[in-house]
Amino acid sequence: MSTQIPKQTEESSETEAETQPASKGEERRAEKRRRAAERREQRQEEEAEKAAADESTVELKVFRYDPQVEGKQEPRFDTFHVPFTKGMTVLDALMYARDTYDSSLTFRHSCRQAVCGSDAMFVNGGQKLACKTQISDLDEPVRVEPLPHAEVTKDLVVDMEHFYDQMEAVEPYFQTNEYPDGELEEQRQDRENREKIKMSTRCIWCGACMSSCNIAAGDNEYLGPAAINKAYRFAMDEREGEDIKQKRLEIIEQEHGVWRCQTQFSCTEVCPKDIPLTEHIQELKREAVKNNLKFW
Amino acid sequence: MSQSYNRGLIEDFGRWREFEAGMWAWIFHKFTGWVLIGYLFTHIAVLSTGIPAAGAGEAAIAAGNDVYTQTIVSLEGLLLVRLLEVGLLAVAVFHMLNGTRLLLTDLGIGLEAQDKSFYASLILTGAITVASVPTFIAGAF
Repeated sequence: MSTQIPKQTEESSETEAETQPASKGEERRAEKRRRAAERREQRQEEEAEKAAADESTVELKVFRYDPQVEGKQEPRFDTFHVPFTKGMTVLDALMYARDTYDSSLTFRHSCRQAVCGSDAMFVNGGQKLACKTQISDLDEPVRVEPLPHAEVTKDLVVDMEHFYDQMEAVEPYFQTNEYPDGELEEQRQDRENREKIKMSTRCIWCGACMSSCNIAAGDNEYLGPAAINKAYRFAMDEREGEDIKQKRLEIIEQEHGVWRCQTQFSCTEVCPKDIPLTEHIQELKREAVKNNLKFW
Repeated sequence: MSQSYNRGLIEDFGRWREFEAGMWAWIFHKFTGWVLIGYLFTHIAVLSTGIPAAGAGEAAIAAGNDVYTQTIVSLEGLLLVRLLEVGLLAVAVFHMLNGTRLLLTDLGIGLEAQDKSFYASLILTGAITVASVPTFIAGAF
């Protein structure tokens, strides 16, 4: 493929070689680039062949889609054979595939240790955090897809804007009207209360729960498990005081708040940080009922 | 929902093999609920034959010649109806048991054992259904 076009430039530039010596260097550089690209392509092919023949490799089927590239507008699956190493995670395998075979393979990742929450993906039919999912635990071939129920931007990258909007809708930050007396006094939380909200503070905003929830998929206004869990984390924090808690309950007890949850337990099953999301949502439902029914 | 292209069933039922207990419980609960609503209408339709039947003479009612009795007897004579009744019992029992499970979930009781309670309600439904077969099928053949 690459033989035809450079030859033509060689011929045309030869005639002007006398008058424009600068183009000669340019040409040489172009030639060099072409050779490098060829070598890279060859190496990638060799690597792929070698890996496919090797027995200790993992077969990855990765979802590819890019609305801006003509050949990728139709979603497809690409197969990568990645040499298996002990302790390899799905993210490691993806990174190997990207660095060795196809540099255009796109996915989000940052800390690689289940803290930043950027690499939630749909692995073998379940929402998983790629950096926390061991290849050895999965059946081959490993199918890696972007999160369902979200707009795909490119390859494994989905648009998280809606998820972030829902998170922000519950005002995910500490608020209080009750300040301690001294200027430099700390706002202490007692141990029992900390223990109560402990699990809910572990959320890393990866969006796996929101993607697994059928109700959230059908109802865009539904806050979703992550946002309700955030609301729980602050509503249950005793330092915030009664009036702020009232404000928070008014947000979560709306029609599209806690009441949309139908206790599927999907979110609880997929949460990479093992947050008992359903339990928190149910507790907030009871709080909302207690807040509105005043028989006593 | 993604609008940029069609990802097919992957967004909903295409991943049924990976569904966890809670998801199946939700699907079965929805399904049984709709079946029960559907049954409610046929139930009302059959029972409402009692209105014209009430106008019939006392002798006809005593002899079992009224519309209502005739409808019931002819329906119960069909094997299909007998089988559907077994199915109806299964659906109703599961809906009740899983409904109890959901009630407990709403009260915050046993959320860690939600999958086990789902399996328990499935097994119990199966047992009750099997035990009911002789009663429903008796005399159908």
